[in-house]
Amino acid sequence: MLDLHKIRADFPILTQQVNGKPLVYFDNGATAQKPQVVLDAITKYYSEINANIHRGVHTLSQLATDAYEVSRGKIQRHLNAKHAHEIIFTSGTTHGINAVANGFASLLRAGDEILVSAMEHHSNIVPWQMLCERTGAVLKVIPMNEKGELILSEYEVLVSEKTKIVTVNHISNALGTINPVEYIIQKAHEVGAAVLIDGAQATPHLKPDVQAMDCDFYVFSGHKVCGPTGTGILYGKEAWLNKLPPYQGGGEMIATVSFEKTTYADLPHKFEAGTPHIAGGIVLGTAIDYLNEIGFDAIAAYEHELLEYATQKLLQIEGLRIYGTAAQKTSVISFNIGTIHPYDIGTIVDKLGIAVRTGHHCAQPVMDFFGIPGTVRASFAFYNTKEEIDTFVEALHKAVMMLS
Amino acid sequence: MTMTTQAIQEAIVDEFSMFDDWMQRYEYIIELGKSLPIIADQYKTDANIIKGCQSKVWVHAEEEGGKIWFTADSDAILTKGIIALLIRVFSGQEPKVILETDTTFVDEIGLKEHLSPTRANGLVSMIKQIKMYALAFESKNTN
Repeated sequence: MLDLHKIRADFPILTQQVNGKPLVYFDNGATAQKPQVVLDAITKYYSEINANIHRGVHTLSQLATDAYEVSRGKIQRHLNAKHAHEIIFTSGTTHGINAVANGFASLLRAGDEILVSAMEHHSNIVPWQMLCERTGAVLKVIPMNEKGELILSEYEVLVSEKTKIVTVNHISNALGTINPVEYIIQKAHEVGAAVLIDGAQATPHLKPDVQAMDCDFYVFSGHKVCGPTGTGILYGKEAWLNKLPPYQGGGEMIATVSFEKTTYADLPHKFEAGTPHIAGGIVLGTAIDYLNEIGFDAIAAYEHELLEYATQKLLQIEGLRIYGTAAQKTSVISFNIGTIHPYDIGTIVDKLGIAVRTGHHCAQPVMDFFGIPGTVRASFAFYNTKEEIDTFVEALHKAVMMLS
Repeated sequence: MTMTTQAIQEAIVDEFSMFDDWMQRYEYIIELGKSLPIIADQYKTDANIIKGCQSKVWVHAEEEGGKIWFTADSDAILTKGIIALLIRVFSGQEPKVILETDTTFVDEIGLKEHLSPTRANGLVSMIKQIKMYALAFESKNTN
């Protein structure tokens, strides 16, 4: 059981009033709020040990380097990666995907195939389309059904010797579907294809085990797991990271540089050109510690309770349709009410202090699939409450009254 | 005699001053949205569309007697209501006047956030588009 009172007290932003009403923050899928320990760790870093890392002999540089590497170790253990050097600090999920897509440019030939799913975020579509343009590879799409579940029988037909990489999200940002990634990975490996899992929406809700999953790459964003914006992780199996060329050139990623030839540094530095977001990387470790202290089993159980409660309450609103009704889903509810535009609903509930996402959620193909311009998306975190859901439902009734 | 855009904006601010709270203001905007003369289907084309991330806006312009007449639509009712106000200010005005008019009323009636460039509802682009039409008609007339 979660101690909600204690947890909510950890998040200073939650006590705020917005538009004269107590803030109800249901846009956790976009970004999570930050607990005091994370805020304190940022201040502590800049007040006490700020220095550039991996290059100074002086004490502060050593302290900062140690803290950065300690954080890498925390994330390695969190993901159950085999080696710490398989953990690459990035600026976020998008950066991680682009680094891998870019690396594959040297490995693909015209006619090779890349498989994405029908429910990907634009950031897991566009880098692969760009890669196809560069290499002549072909992008194929694993379709989904009306419930927002991937059609695995179609996937089995699509995945072939031509497939070089399969890239799917662990959890869909627009629909909340939890995808059967283990099965997808296993099938891809049978034909020798690599698999990248976009964990941006999954990592706030569950603790991924990259070895059990056997994925080749796993990417996520720090800001969605209560860490700072501009941070993220690319996990890659050692063999793959060694095989891929570096994404960016610069300082830190080299072994030796001359005008004739440069040799690259070993992992993980090969993929970490330039001065990174040092404070961010360190504090991401603090955020992961915070979540692990609460415990992902407890988080998942409680969020599931919120999901069931909200689903049942929302469905009582006349004309409300939920998009994304997969058997396995996380605490995300995407919906529309009758023919009311999601923008109108989002605007009215904002006036009542409630933050939800409206629009296409950077997943236009998903919206096209359902033939809608967008949805209202409420995404719950472990610090949300049933009372907040009640407030939300009440606000929706008001919005419907005004708008219809 | 056409009302000046300044006078129209003052009239709008005056109307909105009657409302006590945001709900009444929004309800009025929604009513305006419902009453907006919808753009003729033939003009609701891809060429006339302004795609915001949140809502879509269609704008069509016609020139008659040295003045520009606008019709518009949106798929979101609040956006449509604000469009109705913008059209009230800009439609039937001379190109030069359109180009010189600042939509200060939006701020004064407490709807500033709807015209924020980051809102991505198509309204900022709509005003840009209205001014582009004015510029185009003006340069056509002077050539």
